[in-house]
Amino acid sequence: MIATTISSGVVVLVGAVFLACAVEMVEALTIVLAVGHTRGWRSAFEGTGLALVALGALVAILGPALIHVPLSVLRLVVGGVLLIFGMQWLRKAILRAGGLKAQHDEDAIYRETVAELEGLGAGVNRDRVAFVMAFKGVFLEGLEVVITVLTLGTSAHRLGLAVVVAAIAVVGVGIAGLIVARQLSNVPENLMKMGVGVLLVSYGTFWTGEGLKVRWPDGDVSLALLVALYLMVTWSMVTLLRRDAPLESTKEVAR
Amino acid sequence: MNRASALARRALRGFAMFWWDFLVGDTPELFVAALVTIGAVAWISQVVHSNAGAIITLLVLAIGALALSLWRAQRGAKPRRP
Repeated sequence: MIATTISSGVVVLVGAVFLACAVEMVEALTIVLAVGHTRGWRSAFEGTGLALVALGALVAILGPALIHVPLSVLRLVVGGVLLIFGMQWLRKAILRAGGLKAQHDEDAIYRETVAELEGLGAGVNRDRVAFVMAFKGVFLEGLEVVITVLTLGTSAHRLGLAVVVAAIAVVGVGIAGLIVARQLSNVPENLMKMGVGVLLVSYGTFWTGEGLKVRWPDGDVSLALLVALYLMVTWSMVTLLRRDAPLESTKEVAR
Repeated sequence: MNRASALARRALRGFAMFWWDFLVGDTPELFVAALVTIGAVAWISQVVHSNAGAIITLLVLAIGALALSLWRAQRGAKPRRP
C-alpha cells in the first residue's frame, strides 16, 4: 500500500515535470537553433547559458524559501496556481486536438524567427540581437518550467527529485535537438502538451483539496484516479469539439 | 534615488504583469472559476463539514470551468450567420 502510494505520487510528479520541461525545451531550442543558424552560434550560446543560469538561480533562491511556508497554505496556493495553469494548458491542447486552433508547428516558428532575424541585418562577432533573442526565448519558456518544478517539487516535498528530472529533460532534449537540428517538428509536442495539461490539472485538483482539508479516499492513490478522470474528460471534450468543428477558414479565431 | 525607485517600480510592474499574464491572460474565466471553486470547496469542507460534497464540488466546478472556457472558444470560432 505504501509502495503504491509513493509510486503514484512520484510517477505523476516525474511525468508532469519531465513532459513540461521537454515541451518547453523543444520550443526554446527552436528559437536558439534559428538564432544560431542565422546569426552565429557564439551569441546564441551565450544568451542560452545566461538564461539557464538565471533560471537555476531562481530555483535555488525560491525553492528553499518556499519550503518554510506552512504546508497547508503552500498546497492551497500551489493547488490554485496549478489548477489555473493546468486548465490553460489543457484548454489549448483540447482546442488544437479538436481542430479549433492551429497545431503548434516548430517548422513554422523556425521559419518565422529566421525571417525576422535576417531582416535585422548581418551580425558581428558579439551579436546583441542574437544574444537577447536567445536569452529571451530560453528564459521565458524556462519560467513556466521553473514554476512547474517549484510548485510540484515543494508541495510534494520532493524538490530535489523535481530538479533532477527537469535537468534530465532539459539536457536530453537539448542533446537530441542539437543532433536532429531542424527535425523538432517531428516531436509529438501537441500530444505532450495535452499530457502535461492533464497532469497539472490533476495535481492542482489534488493539492487544492489537500490545502482545504479535504480528505481524499485512499490518500495519494486518488491522484492516479484524478489523472484517469481528466484523461476521460479530455477525450470526451476533444470528441465533442471534433464533431462540431467549424469551417477551415474560421479555425484561427479561437485563442 | 529617483533612478533606483524608477527601476524598482519597473521591476514591480514587470513582476505584476508576469503574474497577470500567467494566471489571467486571455482566459479570465478560468481564473475566476478557480477562485469560485476554492471558495465553494472551503465553505463545504469547513462550514458544512461534508468531505464527499467538497470532493464532488471540486471536480464538478473544475471540469465545468474547462467546459465553459472551451464553449466560449468554440462560440468565438463558429462562423456568424448572415
